[in-house]
Amino acid sequence: MSGIGTGYDLSVSTFSPDGRVFQTDYAQKAVDIGGTVIGLRCNDGVVLGCEKTVVSKMLEEGSNKRTFAVDRHAGLAIAGLSADGRQVVNRAKSEASNYLSFYGDKIPGHLLSERIASFVHVFNLYWYARPFGTSVMLATMDRAGPQLYVIDPSGTAYRYFGAAVGKGRQGARTTIERLKLEQLSCADGVKEIAKILHQVHEEEKPFELELSWICEASGNEFRRVPADVVAEADRLAKAALDESDMDDD
Amino acid sequence: MLARPPSHSPALGPGCAGPPLAEASSVSIQYPAQPTAQVPTCGAASFLVDHNAVNAPGRDPSQHTQMPYVTGSSVLALTFKDGVMLASDTLGSYGSTKRYKSFERIRKVNDRTVLGASGELSDFQYIMNLLDELTTDDFCEDDGGMLSPREIWSYLCRVLYNRRNKQDPLWNSLVIGGIEHGKPFLGTVGMIGTHYTDDHIATGFGNMLARPLFREKHSPDMSEADAEALIHEALKVCYYRDKQSINKFQLAKITEAGVSVSEPFALPTRWDYKHFENPSANAVGTW
Repeated sequence: MSGIGTGYDLSVSTFSPDGRVFQTDYAQKAVDIGGTVIGLRCNDGVVLGCEKTVVSKMLEEGSNKRTFAVDRHAGLAIAGLSADGRQVVNRAKSEASNYLSFYGDKIPGHLLSERIASFVHVFNLYWYARPFGTSVMLATMDRAGPQLYVIDPSGTAYRYFGAAVGKGRQGARTTIERLKLEQLSCADGVKEIAKILHQVHEEEKPFELELSWICEASGNEFRRVPADVVAEADRLAKAALDESDMDDD
Repeated sequence: MLARPPSHSPALGPGCAGPPLAEASSVSIQYPAQPTAQVPTCGAASFLVDHNAVNAPGRDPSQHTQMPYVTGSSVLALTFKDGVMLASDTLGSYGSTKRYKSFERIRKVNDRTVLGASGELSDFQYIMNLLDELTTDDFCEDDGGMLSPREIWSYLCRVLYNRRNKQDPLWNSLVIGGIEHGKPFLGTVGMIGTHYTDDHIATGFGNMLARPLFREKHSPDMSEADAEALIHEALKVCYYRDKQSINKFQLAKITEAGVSVSEPFALPTRWDYKHFENPSANAVGTW
């Protein structure tokens, strides 16, 4: 019974004396050590980008998906444990299709984020449950326009202009804060995300960029960013990185 | 597995809203069995019954399924050299009232399939909701795959036949056209699940009025222009003789290039034909 949690970290059903739920904190930690995921709400849509470290040379390109459409107008990017994230994706899909069959209209972003948050939160309430080791970013496009939400393992949901979670979140956030998002289009957002992900990525291992967006160019549907657009953004990001390295030398 | 929306009850089959399976199976693990009216409290085996029949003993069998309200008339369709063509008017009749004049009875299902419907139009909207669920699932899968026209046709056969077995048919004749492996596909399903594929199809009155023309003039390797001329002629023939139709049509084409559903258009008509002057003269026994 000794160690960091001193007995208060065994289940989510007990608070520690200083008011923490350690299991939830640890779940957040699982997200914090995972690959960086960035979301930007641009002036014409939302772009989500993931840094996927290539764990093996034998890995097929495009495997281990991290962005998922849950309806035509909504999609998720999952940070942290991807297996946990897929459960959230499945739930979000059922919520979206249920809402549609019940109300005859597509689910508004704020409701979907609330419902995902409630689902995630339930796993913070019972001793026999383990919180999800995943934060999800939700990109939606509805009557309220493009919106970006982040739902973390505790079940809190916030709406953001721009957000970053995972390993490189700190560096990414400071860069995002400097962007003029209301003047940024999704086409430029893709390039910015690629640049940031290259910036915050640690050198040793290569990584794959996974980008999805919802904007005019994707027909206002949540889709993967076309391969040529990603390749171009990747090239520009690498060039920018090399340039800044030159400046440093 | 993603839980199926309630429009597909595992117990009642495709196209039926209702409870999950009464007996546990791998399908019902998603929905743990809940005590429902269908599980007798005496502990006997569970079964599925019609609530209305239980709650109102002595009531006559329900009649509402025998009354379509807002209906659409013929849908015409034929194959040509590089695809399929569907056409219909845009009328929704309320009895013999021309109630809705801009109802699109031909809809795109996905990038290679189109569905046309005659019969009860609210049932058609329900069927479109079912198909939209399936296409959205395909969209979310994000692997570029989608249902082929034949798959959609087979699915609709099951839905319509299942609903007629529940004594609650979907009151439609459906025409499914599309392109599959570079070849045109054209199939139809009736309200009781009767189905077939053919090179040319017409539902409702069109079956009597347009199909003789198709049999005479259609060939599977005809050009797009010829096919369009033929279907225009058939539409006109239907419009002249079918009172439940208006001169406002839509034409859908499905080729390898994709699906297009035209804007509504009208066809030039003439009513001064000699034969039109005294129609009963040529039909003994009418007035």
